[in-house]
Amino acid sequence: MTAFRALIGRDLKLAFRAGGEALTLVLFFVMVAVIVPFAIGPDRPQLTRLAPAIVWIAAFLSMLLGLDRLFRNDDEDGSLTLLRHANLPLEAVVAAKVIAHWLVTALPLLLATPVLALLLSMSWAQWGQTVLALLIGTPALVSFGALGAAVTVGLRRGGLIAPVLILPLSIPVMIFGVGMLDPLAGSGATLFLIALSLVVTAFSPFAAALALRVAGE
Amino acid sequence: MSVDTVKQPNWFSRLAHPGQFLAWSRYLVWPLAIATLLSFAIGLWFAFFNSPEDYQMGDMVRVMYVHVPNAWLSQLVYGVMAVSALGTLVWRHPLADVANKAAAPLGAVFTALALYTGSLWGRPTWGTFWEWDGRMTSTLVLLLIYLGIIALWRAFDDQLKAGRIVAIVTLVGALNIPVIKFSVDWWNTLHQPASVFTASGPKMPASILTPLLVMMLAFTLLFALLQVVRMRTEILRRRAETLSRQAALQGAAK
Amino acid sequence: MIAEGAHLEFIVWAYAGVGVLTLALIGYVAWDARRVKQRLAELDKAGIRRRSAGSNT
Repeated sequence: MTAFRALIGRDLKLAFRAGGEALTLVLFFVMVAVIVPFAIGPDRPQLTRLAPAIVWIAAFLSMLLGLDRLFRNDDEDGSLTLLRHANLPLEAVVAAKVIAHWLVTALPLLLATPVLALLLSMSWAQWGQTVLALLIGTPALVSFGALGAAVTVGLRRGGLIAPVLILPLSIPVMIFGVGMLDPLAGSGATLFLIALSLVVTAFSPFAAALALRVAGE
Repeated sequence: MSVDTVKQPNWFSRLAHPGQFLAWSRYLVWPLAIATLLSFAIGLWFAFFNSPEDYQMGDMVRVMYVHVPNAWLSQLVYGVMAVSALGTLVWRHPLADVANKAAAPLGAVFTALALYTGSLWGRPTWGTFWEWDGRMTSTLVLLLIYLGIIALWRAFDDQLKAGRIVAIVTLVGALNIPVIKFSVDWWNTLHQPASVFTASGPKMPASILTPLLVMMLAFTLLFALLQVVRMRTEILRRRAETLSRQAALQGAAK
Repeated sequence: MIAEGAHLEFIVWAYAGVGVLTLALIGYVAWDARRVKQRLAELDKAGIRRRSAGSNT
């Protein structure tokens, strides 16, 4: 268990040592939300109606942008090879990195949502529901992201292909995540999203570890 | 002792060994080609000259004769890819990744045709060329998955490594496709009332079923033909790669 | 021939599109196959054989 925790700690330290790489993603997140009113107009009722969708799209794009750093840095400096042969099973390594990645990318996004709520004229209730939806859904996004990153690690243009692979898989997360705010079907969406998130988060370390092993041969 | 002439090849190695596959698949190509041509000829004759208008759809039923086979193939081909993916990962079958690589562009084209014909079907029926309904949307997502897999194949230098990674992606996709279909249907009922339109009336009369089945056979035979040819091409391509690499090494050694 | 229905245009476009793309697909598969076979023939002419095919020396 200590190896697991140590790995999470290591990843966290590296992420914050790299000088605010995590904060750049948050900046991107906010910027997407800022751009949208320029595109669709400042009409406040319209923004309120579209706000949860805009927040989800911004979160989605930020997660896609950030997933490359999950394995690529370690692959480039050789740490990934070491981790493959470590005592800790590769699946656990992946799980630890996913947890660290979520803390570094998704958590700051959640903390930045009040800014978006303000810019997009969200009501407090809407904001609360959106945060809850993101809380449940972002682990699934990060897990899919880990899969995409593991599959494309070591590829020259892997950073471009991984989002293309992940996006179709993540559509249900988006559908149910935004759907949680629907007054009629919200509770159904919540259950589906919880189930989806749990299953994806539980199984993706196995698939990702397999891909990493193949890539390392 | 060379690999090709080691004792009497048993049935499994005839299936699994690339050289053996090349030997016997040769005799499949022309028969398949002829069968495909015949089926298309019969199917098209039926479609245009020998079937009535549907009582519900009118003459648009003729579009169904090309839409349904392509929609069916878009799913069948992914099924073939998923089974080959299992073959690669679970049984290490030597031809499995070749089958996956061969099938991917075929599946993409059939899916694109399904979308194209579906769109043309939709225009007189729903009034628009595109409708975000459950089926069209799921087919679009399937096309994106196919294109991603094709991109992944092309991104690898080492094709054997690529085969196993693509197999993982294919299987993850296969598990997710039902989830995507379910979520898209759910999303669709959220934003508009349940679509009443179905592919065909409650029961299809034989005069419409026959052309449809013949066309489905024709397209399936076409897929089988193209798949065999592409698999043969891929095996030969790998052979050529190995040989030119060998030649380069020999040339460098001189 | 089928009756001149209201939707002849769509039917024609559908079959035309399917026909063109299908023929293009067949053409591509055939062209790719020929290209690879040509490459192998070139290599063979240059004397590069598979080890199992027996050597020249």
